[in-house]
Amino acid sequence: MPTVKSLEDLKRIREEALQKRQVKAASGEANIVVAMGTCGIAAGAREAMKAILNLIETENIPGIIVTQTGCIGLCEREPIVQVQVGEQPKVTYGKVTPEIARRIVKEHVVEGKIIEDHVIPM
Amino acid sequence: MRELSLHLLDIAENSVAAGASWIQIVVDESIVQDRLYISVRDNGKGMDAETIQKVLDPFYTSRTTRKVGLGLPLLKAAAESCNGYLTIQSTPGIGTCVEIEFQHSHIDRMPLGDLASTLLTLVISAPQIHWECQYQVDSQTFLFDNQPIMQELEGIPLTDPAILSFLRQLIEEGIQNIQPLPSGISK
Repeated sequence: MPTVKSLEDLKRIREEALQKRQVKAASGEANIVVAMGTCGIAAGAREAMKAILNLIETENIPGIIVTQTGCIGLCEREPIVQVQVGEQPKVTYGKVTPEIARRIVKEHVVEGKIIEDHVIPM
Repeated sequence: MRELSLHLLDIAENSVAAGASWIQIVVDESIVQDRLYISVRDNGKGMDAETIQKVLDPFYTSRTTRKVGLGLPLLKAAAESCNGYLTIQSTPGIGTCVEIEFQHSHIDRMPLGDLASTLLTLVISAPQIHWECQYQVDSQTFLFDNQPIMQELEGIPLTDPAILSFLRQLIEEGIQNIQPLPSGISK
């Protein structure tokens, strides 16, 4: 029998999340934006998104906001993922496979090392 | 795009781009009636009749009108080749409703694919929108409404690991519990 998820569960999770966030708040947040135009979706944006969300969940990485944008005019380089950590300049990655997406979270967001091979100069 | 869930993501993204604050998604697999129905309804800016014709024309849509790519004309052709249809109803300033139907058992029908990933992607990446999702298989229904969850969270991001885990399991289990198995396999 699968577990029934209720708002009661969510209340408890929310309290735990709030406590963790207070510890994390000082280090600044990271924003990851996945381009979700038709071009991006056809090229695998959903799979890139899934890989990012999956890593955040399994590695328990707090402080990352993941959102979406439409086509940014670089259809041939989709899937495109943009990353901004704290006040640092925004970095745009192209041809983001699920594997590259996981590296973006691990190496760029967590360790602070930009993956130069996949950066699109803007 | 080789799965209906990716087309669904594409259509819902059009609704997001149209400035909708409310988007309703219905996926209805009727094995009994041998139909697969999908609809996306929004309260976005809408389109006039001329624009609707244009978004369904594969030779019109180009770089200058990026809002809808080749997704809709190709999906319409796919539905029609499976004894189905794709229709768009829209009123400027009121909203848009896209409806698609296939013969469920048609040999050329695209698989539904990863519906859970599509819904999770939408709900996580556009949290400002009120999402109402309904997945139906014959008499069984899974409903997902993000509004009670957003109210409970009071601004904590959905990408917090514990919240993400909660949402993913809620959606995946809700879908899996009623999803039909491939034909030939019984439960």
